[in-house]
Amino acid sequence: MIPEIGLAALWLSAALAALQLIGGLLGAGEKSHPLAALVRPAALLQAGLCGLAFLCLLYSFIVTDLSVLLVANNSHSMKPMVFKIAGAWSNHEGSMLMWVTIMAVAGGAIALIERRLPERTMLATLGAQAFVGLGFYAFLLISSNPFERLNPAPPEGSGLNPLLQDVAAAYHPTTLYVGYVGLSVAFSFAVGALLTRNVTPDFARVMRPWVLGAWIFLTIGITAGSYWAYYELGWGGWWFWDPVENASLMPWLAATALLHSASVLAARDALRTWTIMLGVVAFSMSMVGTFLVRSGILTSVHAFAVDPERGSFILALLAINIGGALALFATRAGTVAEGERFSPMSREGALVVNNVMLSAILGIVLLGTLYPLLTEAFGVKVSVGPPYFDPVSAIFFFPMMAVLVIGPLLRWRKDSFARVKWPVLIAAALGLAVLIGTAVLTDIAVLALLGLGLSIAVAVSSFMPLRGRSLRRLPLAVWGMCIGHFGLAVALFGMSADSAFQQERLIASDIGDVVDIGPWQVRLDAVKPAAGPNWVAMEAEMQVAYEGGKWRDARPQDRHFWAPPQETSEVALITRWNGQLYVAMGNQVQDGRWQLRLWWKPFVTWIWYGGLLIALGGVLALVGRVVSDLRRRSAAGKLAERREEQEARA
Amino acid sequence: MTDSATRGLKPKHQRLVLLSLALVALIGAGLLAAWALRNQASYFYLPSEIVAHAPGPDQGVRLGGMVEMGSIKEQPDGTTIHFVVEDGTAKVPVSFTGIVPALFVEGSGVVADGRMGADGVFVAEELLAKHDENYVPKELEGMSQEQVRRQVEATLE
Repeated sequence: MIPEIGLAALWLSAALAALQLIGGLLGAGEKSHPLAALVRPAALLQAGLCGLAFLCLLYSFIVTDLSVLLVANNSHSMKPMVFKIAGAWSNHEGSMLMWVTIMAVAGGAIALIERRLPERTMLATLGAQAFVGLGFYAFLLISSNPFERLNPAPPEGSGLNPLLQDVAAAYHPTTLYVGYVGLSVAFSFAVGALLTRNVTPDFARVMRPWVLGAWIFLTIGITAGSYWAYYELGWGGWWFWDPVENASLMPWLAATALLHSASVLAARDALRTWTIMLGVVAFSMSMVGTFLVRSGILTSVHAFAVDPERGSFILALLAINIGGALALFATRAGTVAEGERFSPMSREGALVVNNVMLSAILGIVLLGTLYPLLTEAFGVKVSVGPPYFDPVSAIFFFPMMAVLVIGPLLRWRKDSFARVKWPVLIAAALGLAVLIGTAVLTDIAVLALLGLGLSIAVAVSSFMPLRGRSLRRLPLAVWGMCIGHFGLAVALFGMSADSAFQQERLIASDIGDVVDIGPWQVRLDAVKPAAGPNWVAMEAEMQVAYEGGKWRDARPQDRHFWAPPQETSEVALITRWNGQLYVAMGNQVQDGRWQLRLWWKPFVTWIWYGGLLIALGGVLALVGRVVSDLRRRSAAGKLAERREEQEARA
Repeated sequence: MTDSATRGLKPKHQRLVLLSLALVALIGAGLLAAWALRNQASYFYLPSEIVAHAPGPDQGVRLGGMVEMGSIKEQPDGTTIHFVVEDGTAKVPVSFTGIVPALFVEGSGVVADGRMGADGVFVAEELLAKHDENYVPKELEGMSQEQVRRQVEATLE
């Protein structure tokens, strides 16, 4: 019964989306149209019903209702509860339901909250949101119904891919999806602004918190995904330039550019068409990513459904949404009036560099991701990895970091280098000193060297905008900017230090052997079998010590799951403030020795701390913007009241 | 109120300057990417192809084929193995130092990421292997090149 309620709620919300689309379009043309009054309620109700459908699916997974095909295919009654719940979205149908649910809830939220823009623009925006939503409803209801029944119900479900049986499965996909789909709001705002020819600083101010919100989730999702891959795969790497990782990076790059260009539009009324363009591109990248991941043309743990029909469906949606938005952009962009002028040496100028560089990196990642698909169409199989992505993206990333040293210090519109000379020189000198010192003392690759130097320079300069200002009265958004940029420096430091100084050893060890890896000593004491609720494993009992200090436990496992059958390597991680010892267990050699793979990874954890700091910067900026908006609103309200009183007295 | 820095530059001109700047950067990025992709993408080879046109030792490639029955030899260091990859027409010796994936067995498909050494031994940095639950060793006899290719490509899925 519950799955049927979910399906009915889904059909109803699709119908409401249709109503929202028609009402939005008619209302955008003529504000007093009778259907226009229904648009906001329809958006709200749609959010509620879609949420209900998602809860119904969650319920089916929680009680392991095996008469639902999706549950039978992806769950197992023996699974721990957290994986039963996460199982609801760790599959194709469930994840698409989560997609439309987030989309509907985002639409409902703007319908409920956002009243700052002209009503015609809002109606067009909600109409656009409904248009994109309808495509995904059709996809879900026609080709990927999550509530499909299975008769007769099997006695037991077939389980969940063991790689996905991890706590991270609960939050990594959810945060990424909120980020991906949250960008649909930027897309809809851009389309709404184009349709009603209303590209103003107000538009940027209204769109910014929504983009910021989605961007925060994307940042956390990417950071969490990177750490997950790092400890789950047992390969010691934290970013593999896997197409799926790129699919999450591309919307992030576009959204980061959008955040910065929106701040130019909001503060200075410049970069109007460019900001609109980025709004379209950011969500388009989310959809491209979804297509790459979900269509099965790429192969990975994320490609749940290898079904050509679904692939073509998403491709059609992609063509309609992106093509439509770009066509609209092409016809309307010329009518958007030019914005304000600015000198190249200004905050705007630096932000233009940021945008151009981010777009270039986006293009490079997109080309590298699509290239294997292009060549395969001609019968040539290739794979593109770090030898391409690392140096080519660095060519644009490093100049961007260099400009980041100076950009936040510059004033809007026009500034001179002389005014900011000293802070920039101090930051640059410290960065150079580290770069030269490291180059003299060690022998590391040039990319890592540049990364270390730039990370120091950016870290120092990131707090320079605070100098000479009252820290207590400083707007939260400025704190957000400083902490976000500092986080980027921390992450870059972690990446460079890890790639420059990591040490790796692969050994075959007898019981009792002691080996050195960097500053660590590692001893293998025993190898014993271990078992969990749905796996058995061989576990190595090891002792490790840092620089001759206290011995500590490390227990890596070679784990075998039986439903479905698969093998995973559970690594042992020993974390210190200055890095991590990473121990992965291998196979037994014929003479009885055990293979062990050891890494000492200096400062590797700073990569993820940096990612979290970037997200924290976003949170501060978001809170700052929302609070100042509320204040402005209540001030405007009081002003209006006073004026009314005065008029009444007069 | 105009000042020296922005005087004489009409908004339309500024837009043009910005647009051309962005275009130049993006086209530059595109060209750079195209050039780097030609050089840095690693191509997929079957044993017969790699024997016919061996890539240079500095070129990363992927070698895919079937692990020959009885060819896996453990080396005394305990972490290196030697084995032979074949496609029915040609055989390539492979050396791999590392932890082999659980599904890497003789008679099954494998894709090795690495470089062709000057001595004719392929040095693998990474092995990808996969087979289904109802695994049976594949006999290459009677298989066409195309069938082998499909068999090996299934390994990547």
